[in-house]
Amino acid sequence: MIELLPPGAILILGGLLAALLPSRLRPWAGVVLPVLGFAHLLTLDKGFVQTVVVFGQQLTPVRVDGLSLTFGYVFFIAAILGGVYGLQVRDGVQVVAAQTYVGSAIGAIFAGDLVTLFIYWELTAVTSVFLVWAGRTARSARAGMRYLIIQVGSGVVLLAGVILHFVDTGSLDFVRLIGADGRIAAASVGVILVFIAFGIKCAFPLLHNWLQDAYPESTPTGTVYLSIFTTKLAVYALARGFPGTGVLIVIGAVMTVFPIFFAVIENDLRRVLTYSLNNQLGFMVVGIGIGTELAINGAAAYAFANIIFEGLLFMAMGAVLLRTGTCLGSELGGLYKTMPWTAALCIVGAASISAFPFLSGFVTKPLILDETAAGHHVVIWLMLLFASAGVFHHSGIKIPYFAFFAHDSGKRVKEAPWNMLLAMAVMAVMCIGIGVAPEVLYRVLPYPMEYHAYTTTHVVTQYQLLLFSALAFTFLQLTGLYPPELRSTNLDFDWTYRRLLPAVVRGVARGGRVVVEAFALPVRGLLDRVHRLVFHLHGPEGVFARTWTTGAIAFWAVIVLAASLLLYLVDR
Amino acid sequence: MSEPPATDRERWLDDRRNVKKVVRTLFAVCAVVALADLFPYKEHLHFGFEYWPGFYSIFGFVACVALVLAATQLRKVLKRDEDYYD
Repeated sequence: MIELLPPGAILILGGLLAALLPSRLRPWAGVVLPVLGFAHLLTLDKGFVQTVVVFGQQLTPVRVDGLSLTFGYVFFIAAILGGVYGLQVRDGVQVVAAQTYVGSAIGAIFAGDLVTLFIYWELTAVTSVFLVWAGRTARSARAGMRYLIIQVGSGVVLLAGVILHFVDTGSLDFVRLIGADGRIAAASVGVILVFIAFGIKCAFPLLHNWLQDAYPESTPTGTVYLSIFTTKLAVYALARGFPGTGVLIVIGAVMTVFPIFFAVIENDLRRVLTYSLNNQLGFMVVGIGIGTELAINGAAAYAFANIIFEGLLFMAMGAVLLRTGTCLGSELGGLYKTMPWTAALCIVGAASISAFPFLSGFVTKPLILDETAAGHHVVIWLMLLFASAGVFHHSGIKIPYFAFFAHDSGKRVKEAPWNMLLAMAVMAVMCIGIGVAPEVLYRVLPYPMEYHAYTTTHVVTQYQLLLFSALAFTFLQLTGLYPPELRSTNLDFDWTYRRLLPAVVRGVARGGRVVVEAFALPVRGLLDRVHRLVFHLHGPEGVFARTWTTGAIAFWAVIVLAASLLLYLVDR
Repeated sequence: MSEPPATDRERWLDDRRNVKKVVRTLFAVCAVVALADLFPYKEHLHFGFEYWPGFYSIFGFVACVALVLAATQLRKVLKRDEDYYD
């Protein structure tokens, strides 16, 4: 019986039931459910497939293979540690939302067809938004609404793409969707829509701002969960459907570079981490774009490692937020004096994301860089190298430096609670463990491979790159050239839909009113003609009175829904 | 900004001289790893320029200085009040 459940089901069903638990016991559901779910996953063998027939169409709710297992394992590990981290949370909404959200993301990872994927895809959106709203501020309410619109929008685009793809090919299988040549321009409209839907969730450049907008508005625990699942689900989906899609190399490289400039000037340290996350996703996207077995392994390995060290960084900043009530770099500093453990664990995460030797970043990122170089993408490789130095700068140095050192803020808060320290400590141990014994991770990657990260050349050149980046930071600090942390908002692409678009729409509406008033009479004549036209189309003999196929109706309903979502966004 | 409490224990890093020690150590370590390029240890690299002595050191330093200087200029354009959107 139990093996009939899809891998995420225990978390989704259990999460809903957790609402009935007394509030003191409820947070333990966040630990127990993923442990049970993980145990359940371990009973499923590679190659396990479950199919059902719905309305004469065969669906595959569960497919277990190398790629899905890599992501499945790390999702469960992160879910368990997220549960430990959140043990002090008394807010039931967060527990239920987190479990159903994680369950949906895991369900999506193991979905073997596009309809199942779509259902879980939308479930992650509607469950995770409650984590944003759990911030319970006016800001988080508005950011959550924008987040929901964009996430649901991604699902709507996905559905439209799936329908068109099905009409084209008659297939709903979630397998490689891109053609053998890897050219997105040569793909069908349906496949392109699916690509865009994945791109929204993966925070492609210009589609990225929901990430920086919504995540930092959540609670300490909520942001940890959010940072892990949605974007990595998108990475998985790209790796499944679009390996070797050439345009991803360029998209990914741009993603690694542009967020780091924003990260340097951003004051909210959790927002700095969302820019960092965006940059990290770029590395994975490049790997998927290159598409060789080694590169896909690199993307999956980096996703695995990133979930751990970036989760650790978000946890450390969450602990700071919990204790001090703020995550603004301008208000923090000197916290190492009373939060030494959090500071130390944060530094392990910071060093891992920077890819210092003997930590997890060092044994995973070079897979992607090596394959980029092997493919002779010189410019892309240089961009990735620049981004690697930049990562160290804003995640490796800026985060721990401004929170725990820098100028003493005079804040003398308590150390983080034991459960937060425990979750962070386990993550830190994993960062070191993977760094020292990478074969353990390599063994769970999608493709078998032989890789030696520890060559003299690699170790020495990496130290050169990182230490001289540190030297640059020191030099800029000592000379006063380093931009100070300031209380401010930095404009990003979200300005276009939070300010520009509403202004344009208001302007057009105002202009429209003027025009209508000026041409009231001729317009009435026009309206009469429109009325006749409508009768011509919709009347007993009209074209709209004909019977449509269900597929066509569904497709147009999706288009209308997408348009109304966009209009709603303008109103926000 | 509140002042540190009077009962605060003096930490090792509170002494400016110790901060200087940390900085000097960094300088020393940088010098050591940069000087490693005097030896022909590099192998199996993909591009010719990676073999240039000091390539990674100079790249790391220049990249970070350029990043910060560019971001400082970017801030002049993008910076708004904290409650700009509220």
